[in-house]
This record gives sequence, structure tokens and C-alpha cells, in this order.
Amino acid sequence: MLKSLLFVSAFSTALMAFAADEPAIHVQQPHLQGPRELQDQTAKAVVQDYIDSWQSMNKALDQNRPDLLDRDFIGAAKEKLAATIKSQRAAGVHTSYRDRSHNVQILFYSPEGLSIELADDVTYDVEMSSGGKSVGTQQVKTRYIVVLTPTEVRWRVRIFQADTQ
Amino acid sequence: MRAAIPTLISGLALGIVSALAQTGDLNLPKSIAAGAAFSIQSAGSGKGTLYIIGPAQMIKEDVQLGGNIEIATGSLYNAGHYSVWITSNSSTQSGAIDVLPAPKASDLTFIAKPSRLPVSLHNGITGSAYVFDSYGNLITKPLQVSFQLSNPGSAPQTRTVETKNGAAWTQMDSATREGKAQFVARVGDISSTRIVGQVPGDPCTIRMSAKPAGNKIQLVTDPVRDCSGNPIPDGTIVTFTETYDESKSTVDVPLKKGIASIEMPAHRGATISVASGVVLGNQIRWAE
Repeated sequence: MLKSLLFVSAFSTALMAFAADEPAIHVQQPHLQGPRELQDQTAKAVVQDYIDSWQSMNKALDQNRPDLLDRDFIGAAKEKLAATIKSQRAAGVHTSYRDRSHNVQILFYSPEGLSIELADDVTYDVEMSSGGKSVGTQQVKTRYIVVLTPTEVRWRVRIFQADTQ
Repeated sequence: MRAAIPTLISGLALGIVSALAQTGDLNLPKSIAAGAAFSIQSAGSGKGTLYIIGPAQMIKEDVQLGGNIEIATGSLYNAGHYSVWITSNSSTQSGAIDVLPAPKASDLTFIAKPSRLPVSLHNGITGSAYVFDSYGNLITKPLQVSFQLSNPGSAPQTRTVETKNGAAWTQMDSATREGKAQFVARVGDISSTRIVGQVPGDPCTIRMSAKPAGNKIQLVTDPVRDCSGNPIPDGTIVTFTETYDESKSTVDVPLKKGIASIEMPAHRGATISVASGVVLGNQIRWAE
């Protein structure tokens, strides 16, 4: 009995730990400007690809590997993140961006279908280490304005900007 | 015991001060405009290292603690949220700062679609624009974007649209006359131009005439035009169909210099019709 209780307890803890690593995601009804209708499937793909981009960004900035941005970022967003990675590498700095929660709303689907803009009220932990030593961790709550564009197989982030205005 | 209490209190106080020194908050502005100079007030003394950390930019600098650390104009320019740390051998101080897009527009991306379309199409042309500052930050504060579509031989269409979250869009009608239109998006003194080709639409009507040519019939259309009077481009296919008894023969002819012409066998009592796409022209019954 005790053994099975321990097993259940350990299993629950593992589940909780697993759940704790995954960000909580809330998607609001789109508040669209523009004449183009947004299909559910498109909206889901855009949000999923955007959430995935946080993982790519975290890995790329943590490992200082710009190639990890290729799948999810394009254009100015990719250039800025790659420049940050270059600076981090030169300075011996690593950063980890662990997203805790997202509250996403699609704001704009351009008439020609070549861009989708969304806002994300995001909470994340940023941890910075320098010379292999952790310097500190901050919890950040901010709003991101993100523009994604369609590519061959997925939506990629073209503009990725925290915006507190 | 009495002597021990002040010692304990002073020890606790020292501990609190020490704890503050290890994790103190930095005094710095909550937000700045992109590229603006600012200063960070640090506590302590001696040398330290400043880190300004964000996904969009990273700065690391050696600094002198205990005074103002000046961040020069143009140093921190990518809009976003930044975590700030100053570390030394004995302390770590932290803070945060938001970098906001500069207020003045310096660039815009403008997409006009389609690049070619038929004349007289209501809301057939769309334009969308995103507005950026000189550092490539999306300006999310509302700005007025002016869209203008200038068609040859007619008054320009103009719309002024306020950006929402950095984006603005509009729709325009294509002109009644064929030709190249200039589609311009403008914010302040920044503009971007696209060319939109407007081509004739479907033929409005097709009319052919027939005359004998030996043992054949010479069939010729009038110049083929769309409903706005624009000539249909050469190469557009016109189909002539001759029906006689149980047989039917069809010939596709491309427009040349605006007309289509063909000779078909002359059969008394044959019916000949002409069409282009979905537009059906007149019908002739050959009686000779």
C-alpha cells in the first residue's frame, strides 16, 4: 500500500514537473482589422508556430547558436536575435528565456494574406550567466507585438518586439 | 545578556545591509526611446560589470560603481524589454528598462496586391503597410498613413488610415482605363511606391460580319473591346463555330490588331457563331 502510494506520489510529482515546464497558453478570440477572413486552421497554425518560436529562441540564445533560429525566424527578427547571439558569444554570456505563460490575440491579417500580426501578454524568466556562472534571474511580464509571414511549411516570425506602450 | 542584545541587533542590521548590497535594485529610467542616452545609478565602489540583456540586443561593459553610469546615445536602440545587472566581486544589483520605438517614422514596408488586374474592379487593389523608426523598430503608436492610387487620365484615389499596432491597410478600385497606376503609401516625408498594371477586362460584346470568298466565307470581327472601351489585348482567343447539318467545326483564332479573322467553308444554311471566353457574340445564318 505504502509502495503504491509512493508510486502515485512520484508519478504526480513528475506530471506536475512536466506541466511546470510547459508554458500556460491562452488564446483570445481574434480582434481583427482587415478585410481578409481568418480560418480557424490558419489561426491555430500561426499561434502554434509562434509558441514554438519561443523554444527555438531559448535554445539559440542559451547555446549561442544562430542556426537554431532558422526554422522559426526570418527577416529583421532573425537578424536582431542573431546579432544578440554574436554579442553574447563575444562576451561569454548565455541567456535562458523560459516562457511561463502566453496570452495571445491575433490583431491583423493583411489583405493579401502575407502577414499576420498578434499581441502576446507573456510571462517569462530570463536567466543570465557569464563565464559559466549564473548572474541572476528575473521574471518578466511584458507584451510582445509579433508579425509572422508564411513560408514553405510554416509561419515564421518576422517582427518580434516587446512593446510596453 | 544585556550586552549581547545590541550586538545581536547590530549583527542583524549588518546582515540586512549586506543582503541589500548583494541584491540591490538599480536606479535607472523605466523606459527610454530607442537610441536615447540614459544613466544608471549604481551603489557600492570599485569596478564592476554592467549587463543589459534582451533578446533583441545585449551590452556588456566594465563600469565604475558608486556613481552614474552613462549609456551613450545610439547604444541601446532595439525596442524591447531589457534586464539589467551590475556585478562586482561583492554585489549584484539589478533592474529593468523598456526601450520604446523612436516616434519618428523612417521606413515603411508596403505591399500592394495584385500587381496586375482587370479595369473597373471595385476594391480590387489592396495595400498594407508597417511603419518603422530609423532603427527598424515597429512604431506601435498610431500614425497617419496616406495611400494614393494615381491612374493615368483620372483623378487619384486617396485614403488616410491610422495605424493600429504599427499596421495600416486600404482597398482601392482599379481604373476604368487600362494602364499602369502608381500606388503610393506615405508617412510624413517617407513614401514607398508600387506599380499596378491595369489591363482590359473581358470583352463586352463581339460582333462579326461575313462575306463570300470563293467557295469559303470570310469572317471578321469588329475591334473587340471591354465594357469600358479598352481594346482587348492581341492574342486573346476568339472562337468561331460553324454548324451545318449534323456536323460542327470550331476554330480558335487569336486577336491580331484588335480583330479576329478566319475563312470557313461556305455551306448554304450553315449557322456560324462567335465567342470569347464566356462572352457570346452574334450569330450568322449563311444563305448563299
